[in-house]
Amino acid sequence: MNRTVDALVVGAGPAGLAVAARLAALGAGRVEVLEREPEAGGVPRHCHHGGFGGRLQGPVYARGLTEAAVWCGAVVRTGVSAIGWAGPLTVEVTGPGGLERITARAVVLATGARERPRSARLVPGSRPAGVLTTGELQQAVHLYGQPVGRRAVVVGAEPVAYHAVRTLRRAGARVVALVTEQPRGAWAGTAGRAGGGVLAAPPPVLTGTAVTELLGRGRLSGVRIRHADGRTGVVGCDTVVFTGDWIPDHELARYGGLALDPGTRGPAVDASFRTSEPGVFAVGNVLRGVERAAVAAAEGAAAADQVLAHLSGAPWPVLGPPLVVRAPLVWVSPNRVTGAGAGRMLLRSGAPLVNPVVTVDQDGARLHRARVLGPVSPWRSMRLPLRWTARVGLDGGPVVIGVA
Amino acid sequence: MTVTTAGPLPEGEYDVTVVGAGVVGSAIARELARLPLRTALVEAADDVGEGTSKANTAILHTGFDAVPGSLEARLVREGQRMLAAYAADSGIPVEPLGALLVAWDQEQLAALPGLARKAVSNGYDAARILDAGEVRAREPGLGPGALGALHVPGESIICPWTTTLAYATQAVCGGVDLHLNCRVNTVTSGEPYTLGTSRGVLRTRHLVNAAGLYADELDRLLGHTDFTVTPRRGQLIVFDKFARPLVRHILLPVPGALGKGVLVSPTVYGNVMLGPTAEDLDDKTATGSTAEGLAQLREKGRRILPALLAEEVTAVYAGLRAATEHDDYRIVARPERRCVTVGGIRSTGLTASMAIAAHVVELLGEGGLPLGGARELAPVRMPNLGEAFPRPYRSAEMIAADPDYGRIVCHCERVTRGEIRDALAGAIPPGSLDGLRRRTRARGGRCQGFFCGPAVRALFEQAGAGR
Repeated sequence: MNRTVDALVVGAGPAGLAVAARLAALGAGRVEVLEREPEAGGVPRHCHHGGFGGRLQGPVYARGLTEAAVWCGAVVRTGVSAIGWAGPLTVEVTGPGGLERITARAVVLATGARERPRSARLVPGSRPAGVLTTGELQQAVHLYGQPVGRRAVVVGAEPVAYHAVRTLRRAGARVVALVTEQPRGAWAGTAGRAGGGVLAAPPPVLTGTAVTELLGRGRLSGVRIRHADGRTGVVGCDTVVFTGDWIPDHELARYGGLALDPGTRGPAVDASFRTSEPGVFAVGNVLRGVERAAVAAAEGAAAADQVLAHLSGAPWPVLGPPLVVRAPLVWVSPNRVTGAGAGRMLLRSGAPLVNPVVTVDQDGARLHRARVLGPVSPWRSMRLPLRWTARVGLDGGPVVIGVA
Repeated sequence: MTVTTAGPLPEGEYDVTVVGAGVVGSAIARELARLPLRTALVEAADDVGEGTSKANTAILHTGFDAVPGSLEARLVREGQRMLAAYAADSGIPVEPLGALLVAWDQEQLAALPGLARKAVSNGYDAARILDAGEVRAREPGLGPGALGALHVPGESIICPWTTTLAYATQAVCGGVDLHLNCRVNTVTSGEPYTLGTSRGVLRTRHLVNAAGLYADELDRLLGHTDFTVTPRRGQLIVFDKFARPLVRHILLPVPGALGKGVLVSPTVYGNVMLGPTAEDLDDKTATGSTAEGLAQLREKGRRILPALLAEEVTAVYAGLRAATEHDDYRIVARPERRCVTVGGIRSTGLTASMAIAAHVVELLGEGGLPLGGARELAPVRMPNLGEAFPRPYRSAEMIAADPDYGRIVCHCERVTRGEIRDALAGAIPPGSLDGLRRRTRARGGRCQGFFCGPAVRALFEQAGAGR
């Protein structure tokens, strides 16, 4: 079946729902959202903790976003999967109702991110049961009521690691260690405060420590660990949760031949969320892994105005010079310049920094220099105002962002 | 149709019992199913193909590089034709990509003509030597320094999981009793044999030892000390499907003085595989990967196909080849004792499985097993797991007939609720989530369960599987 819509949004998480709601509210015509899960809402559906959109619990926030999009007039379809492209702006869809080809005047990719599993992290050892990501853990406990193990190790230093601890405890497991290669975790200095909640009794934290092998046949029996100083040991456990280390779930972007950014590993976009493919936008955590839901939703809302401008005939620029980051910076989003931009860029460091000075250069000329006050952690982005983009030479070389 | 997973074994006496439901044991059971006999297939694990048969390089070989005149050379040559035809009839995915043995130094380049001659002595005359330019034209993604290659157009990739399951399914549907979770602990020789298993006593007149890694131990229970199995571990890295366009052929190493290199090969599931290592071990359960092994593979892979290393790793696994101190297969019949041992079946076992089965049944006949009254088995049609063939989520007809074929549960591998339901209701249902993965690909993709894990588990548990 072939159909035509005005705007097709792929993915009903915070970013996708927000862009759909605002587009529909602005009168963009037929706005359709495709969600492959049985329910809309994205990752917050299984985040049973507060801190969403202020103080809301994840599932409440997810339902609210969905209701808002529907109330504004967007069509939110669940249980249908976008499986590929049949043309530049034609998406192939499968679902229980059969196959469809939906052609849109604008396609918005909002397919989100996932945590890298054990295999992608190349953690050696056996392949027992009891090896999870936070996403799998939260769904198992909160959506399906499935039992998890009794003794768990959590790997990671991002805020999501603490959420994994809470979910494990709620499921009746004892968290015997929180292991991270980082010198400190996201919770350091905040007395166990994470995502709007407090862990009364934080688990033992092993910093500067790597999980080097999984042990056990059938079921996990333990993890081998190695500290930065060379000491090794085995922590007995029947469950290990690999948290964080997000990567964009960007299958459609790649199959569509969109230019990718090597830093974020998501589709390259300009400040208007325009990709290299005319008519195709990308918003939310598919742009990079990962920002909080509220950031993704705000991007969705901001992108709606740009989508509307496109629907009204605004020209589609060629993506200008790439923005390149220098270590310890790991990515910047958006990461292409197409002219003077509004709003801000998100800039992520791979290491903790204190009061860093951010510099922006192109072809030897300094475009911008500013100090970011306060400590900067690897799990929170710096916000970089975009005033300087007007000075970028669109035919020039790469724009290099560094810290001093 | 009898598949048991727990409780005591049936009373009475089997005419013939095959120990080990790997690809070889299952093929033998299938061959025996054609005969009007009471046949048992017993397996220590909770599923068929749960040992070496699930963790190999999944190549349907031509046998071009076998030792000419060996039993292995003959059985691989015959088995390749038999399995290729069987796969086409049964829905087992096979892609005839052809192989390139790429020479990276002068020594390897100089070895190519000898390999081409060896192929001819093995009855395979389609192999050709390509110069560096031709190699580059066929595989633009190769790293710098490829000097030439031997092109073996007949080499194919195949689904090893579906192959074993097809054999076992056909055997079970043809009347063979499959007993899982049934480890053979003792053997009392006599007429009949009395096997003491983890599930009680089993009596059988004829016995086939297809116990793979444990074939030497079972042989010792029978009083034979022909060979010792030294498990040779092969670690393999499976790269994301995004890597699939990087390579068109099976890229095989040129065997040389410095030992065997590694291969880079597409899989029928649409991934790219890198490996295997070759490590001789003592432990027959050491199927873990190691940091050194993975580092070594990545180093070698980087030279062969540099862009591969930039892609994500979807899975890492290790299999153990049942290597022995002998170069050839050890298929030994003892007609007076009514038993056949099928030992030392290494990397080529998948390819040769049907020919091995035919050979073994013939040997059983020499021991007095009546081979008369053979019939055609009802054909089996397996669900397709291959990317190169139609899958339910893309089939308007299948979805119209049953909307569950349009409900994708495992998004990365695009496995539908209908396919999972079918596998759980199959003749040989999976005993674990891993077994379900080998039947459907569910949970086998890049997210490894982040999105779909609990949903797949719920379907598995609802079906009462794994009990």
